Amino acid sequence: MVTRESNNRGIFLSLDWFTIGLYVILLFWGWFSVCGACYDYHHPDLFSFNLNSGKQFVWILTSLLLAGALLLIEKRFYYKASMVVYVMMMLILLLTIFIAPDTKGSRSWIPIGPVKLQPAEFAKFAVALAVGKFMERYGFRLSNYKDFLRTCALFLLPMLLIIGQRETGTALVYLSFFLVLYREGMTGSVLFAAFMLVVYVVVGVKFGDEMVTGMPASLGESWVLFLSLLSTLFLTWRYCKDSRLLAGAAGYSLGFTLGAYLFSAYVIPFNICIVQLIINAGIIVYLGFEYAVTKSYRYVLIILFLLTSTFVYYTCDYVFSHNVLPVHQQTRIEVLLGKNDDVRSAGYNVNQAKIAIGSGGFSGKGFLKGTQTKLKYVPEQETDFIFCTIGEEEGFLGSAGVLIVYLLFIWRLIILAERQPDTWGRVYGYSAVCVFLFHLFVNIGMVLGLTPVIGIPLPFFSYGGSSLWGFTLLLFIFLRMDAERNFKQK
Amino acid sequence: MKAYEFERRQYVIAGIALLVVVAYIIRLAFLQLVPNDYEEISRNNAIYNKIIFPSRGSIYDRNGKLLVYNEPAYDVMVITREIGDLDTLDFCRTLHISREEFDERMAWIKNTDKNPGYSSYSQQLFRPQISSADFLVFQEKMFRFKGFYVRERNARQYRYPNAAHVLGYVAEVSGNDIAENDYYNAGDYIGKQGVERSYEQVLRGQKGIEVLLRDARGKIQGKFNDGLDDQQPIPGKDIVLSLDIELQALGERLMRGKRGAIVAIEPATGEILCMVSSPTYSAFDMVGKERGEKIMNMLKDPDHPMFNRAISGTYPPGSTFKPSQALTFMQEGIIQADVTSYPCTGGFRYRNLKVGCHSHPSPLSVKPALSTSCNGFFCWGLYYMFGNRSKYASVQDAMTRWKDYMVSMGFGYKLGIDMPGESRGMIPNAEYYDKHLNRWNALTVISIAIGQGEVTLTPLQIANQGATIANRGYYVTPHVVKRIVGGEIADSLQRRHYTKVNSAYYEEVVSGMRGAVTSGIGTCRGAQNPWYEVCGKTGTAQNRGHDHSVFMGFAPKNNPQIAVAVYVENGGFGATFGVPIGSLIMEQYIRGELSAASQTRASAIANRSIY
Repeated sequence: MVTRESNNRGIFLSLDWFTIGLYVILLFWGWFSVCGACYDYHHPDLFSFNLNSGKQFVWILTSLLLAGALLLIEKRFYYKASMVVYVMMMLILLLTIFIAPDTKGSRSWIPIGPVKLQPAEFAKFAVALAVGKFMERYGFRLSNYKDFLRTCALFLLPMLLIIGQRETGTALVYLSFFLVLYREGMTGSVLFAAFMLVVYVVVGVKFGDEMVTGMPASLGESWVLFLSLLSTLFLTWRYCKDSRLLAGAAGYSLGFTLGAYLFSAYVIPFNICIVQLIINAGIIVYLGFEYAVTKSYRYVLIILFLLTSTFVYYTCDYVFSHNVLPVHQQTRIEVLLGKNDDVRSAGYNVNQAKIAIGSGGFSGKGFLKGTQTKLKYVPEQETDFIFCTIGEEEGFLGSAGVLIVYLLFIWRLIILAERQPDTWGRVYGYSAVCVFLFHLFVNIGMVLGLTPVIGIPLPFFSYGGSSLWGFTLLLFIFLRMDAERNFKQK
Repeated sequence: MKAYEFERRQYVIAGIALLVVVAYIIRLAFLQLVPNDYEEISRNNAIYNKIIFPSRGSIYDRNGKLLVYNEPAYDVMVITREIGDLDTLDFCRTLHISREEFDERMAWIKNTDKNPGYSSYSQQLFRPQISSADFLVFQEKMFRFKGFYVRERNARQYRYPNAAHVLGYVAEVSGNDIAENDYYNAGDYIGKQGVERSYEQVLRGQKGIEVLLRDARGKIQGKFNDGLDDQQPIPGKDIVLSLDIELQALGERLMRGKRGAIVAIEPATGEILCMVSSPTYSAFDMVGKERGEKIMNMLKDPDHPMFNRAISGTYPPGSTFKPSQALTFMQEGIIQADVTSYPCTGGFRYRNLKVGCHSHPSPLSVKPALSTSCNGFFCWGLYYMFGNRSKYASVQDAMTRWKDYMVSMGFGYKLGIDMPGESRGMIPNAEYYDKHLNRWNALTVISIAIGQGEVTLTPLQIANQGATIANRGYYVTPHVVKRIVGGEIADSLQRRHYTKVNSAYYEEVVSGMRGAVTSGIGTCRGAQNPWYEVCGKTGTAQNRGHDHSVFMGFAPKNNPQIAVAVYVENGGFGATFGVPIGSLIMEQYIRGELSAASQTRASAIANRSIY
């Protein structure tokens, strides 16, 4: 056991200053962006507490203090306290639903004195600690479905609680823990299946109303059926290698599909989707036969996948033609898929964001010179749409620069996570990686019009104390863990 | 250890991060590096070019009397979002509107189909041009009417009701104006008719632009680029008319109840001293909200009060045309003053053709012919000119020669006055007759010698002929603007135009026209007065209805100060209306006032209505 003094000096030397450097760069780059976004022509003092830039400056200073304080707390404290922290956090999340006042439909903000805090932003580190601690347990096996489900429950519970606060965007962040589980050994087919389901929804909704050239068949429907056939065949080949019948099944099904297409295109036009449905049904029969022979549960899962795939299109079709979703959510999806071009109503945000970024050009309009953001043409320009300000004022250089610094940051965190001596540290590190990656992917994707408009902040850039503190907590607990990597275990 | 199996999955996760970042950078490149309109769209979003209107130049008469000026007009504006507890009853009472009008206007403002520029954050026009009295009361109470503002702007005001045709008026631009000139935007004001139109560029000045930043709600947030792109407005220049407003007022009074025109010119400069077209309208009608309606009514009026007869009306000049003939014949050597005499036995008779004349001594030479306005003499002159085969190879050649003289005297083409709507009148040429007649000779076209037939002139051209004779052979392009304050009037308005006739021949015509006033058989005896020497020529232009009464004259005979033409439609003999109106105009201008006897005559004429 090392003494406390040498311990702390050791921490100072083994801290990852590279990551801290990137953190400081992002923090101050973020502050300049908030300045650009909230600049008030009538009160040009950026440090004024009436402005968000002044407030954000205070949040940044307090975050630096918080970071310093976190570096003093030893890893073993978290090891002991992680479950307690988790439980307390869940209670706070639950409590928030009932005590938070209604703010624009959301019940996630708790006013404390002059500021408002959003507990959902602080919960991430607690969940990461708990998931890591749980997986560190002796005898834990992810392939054991009970262990798997319990792990999932650890991050799906806060997700549900946050949905209860009407903060769907923040809740979705917890899905990124699936990527952590993937690193820890969860089968990749889950990610593949999830990815394919997203593809089906996109293709199905976007092309559902279009017709295949020259025949009475929906383009979207036909593509979804064809893609689900292909991915089923792929999964069968990838996870059930011993299948001798696969080549035949693949040959027949693809051959029939091609034949039906050519017949419809050149001889008598008919709805080829019917043939495709029959072929998919045939594949199910074939897989069922294989299951009967091999008793491998994987065939059942693949059958389930194919069934889901086939019905995803019809579900989407039903949802969109029967207005199951609230109108604003439906239009958001339609805008994203380019089906709704009404730039004055639903597409307004995304369109103005595009104008802001596009008008920045190569080198941008210059600090405080952006008009799209400052004059409030872009909504939420200080928080969720902060990337617009970077695009407008700093141009391609600045916005691509931010992305590259983020890539370095995430890449560095992956290296740090991989060098952890224990599962707990690694899982915690990957949790941070995946949470940052998810925020980056969704937030900037939304601003660029590539992902749906989901209101989550861009870490270190978006205005807001809760998210800044939340991300600082998440990061610096990990940096302290990392600094202790060479210490003897307990 | 099991975890090693999955160690390579770190590359999958790093790969996802790399893929996301690369995809987003490509997307950024498409948005920011590929040429696009985003820059312009963002400019259009944020930049509001607030136009600063320059003050429009004032208009003065030749004696420095203010005729047209600007006066603040007050529009009531509203920012609908700011309306609080409004005492609608009190508000409506203050503006003298009904509750229904209030509701109707509010509904109109908020209807983005009808009012596409609507924003609840920016000022919307609630009621234009309230009276100064209403404004004063409204201003007192404004603190109670939250959300309502008053916008001050300039509106044209007139000091005199006179000279409406010359002044023209200012009104909102039409679609055509905007299409023709990109200086104008919808809602701008532009000069219509008169000098407001012809001197539009001088009077209006140049708009300034304040480049402002406007936020998404339409609220102004400050100046763009610290105001470096702003342009200061250039105020319009004042102009001084050559009109004498007192003379103009007298002319309009004398023409009351008659159709026709008066034009008076200062011969040495071409400056128009008065220009009356009757019936006319009051310049005061061109102000305020009801202008459009009043103009529509006038356009429907069968007497066409909006039509400026002085420069747009074309009339047969009748005998006022004869001096031009005398000058042509003398210059061409067809007649010689005091030598050549033609007989007139009750007119011009040739075989079956007869052009009637009144009784006077016969035969007679050019001066008495002018004094008595003998038709026979001028018909014979034209007959001998057109028939002279030793001078002209054909009648066409003679006709062309004749036409060249007429054109040199300012007939047949626009004189180029600085006002819109001038007509050119009609001087026939040889091609015209070749086209319309099978065979023709002097006899066929003989009536052009006495200002009838195909010949038509504008009252301006008749007055200009008077000025040319007064100048003994030249005229300066007639114009109504004497001076631009801080500017120059066009060179074309200051140029002398010499006719093809020597000034010596003009002296003969001058004494003939003087004789018309002085001799016992002269047609203009009514113009004789004890103060100065008047030269005159009457005309009684034949017409399908009652004859037109015409007068052309100038005074004094030496160093003339004024040349005048009077045209009274269906006024009968030239001596009936033309001569007395012309003399009164000359008297007023030369003496600065009318004698008591003249006052009486003026009232008598003013009270005679002939249509």
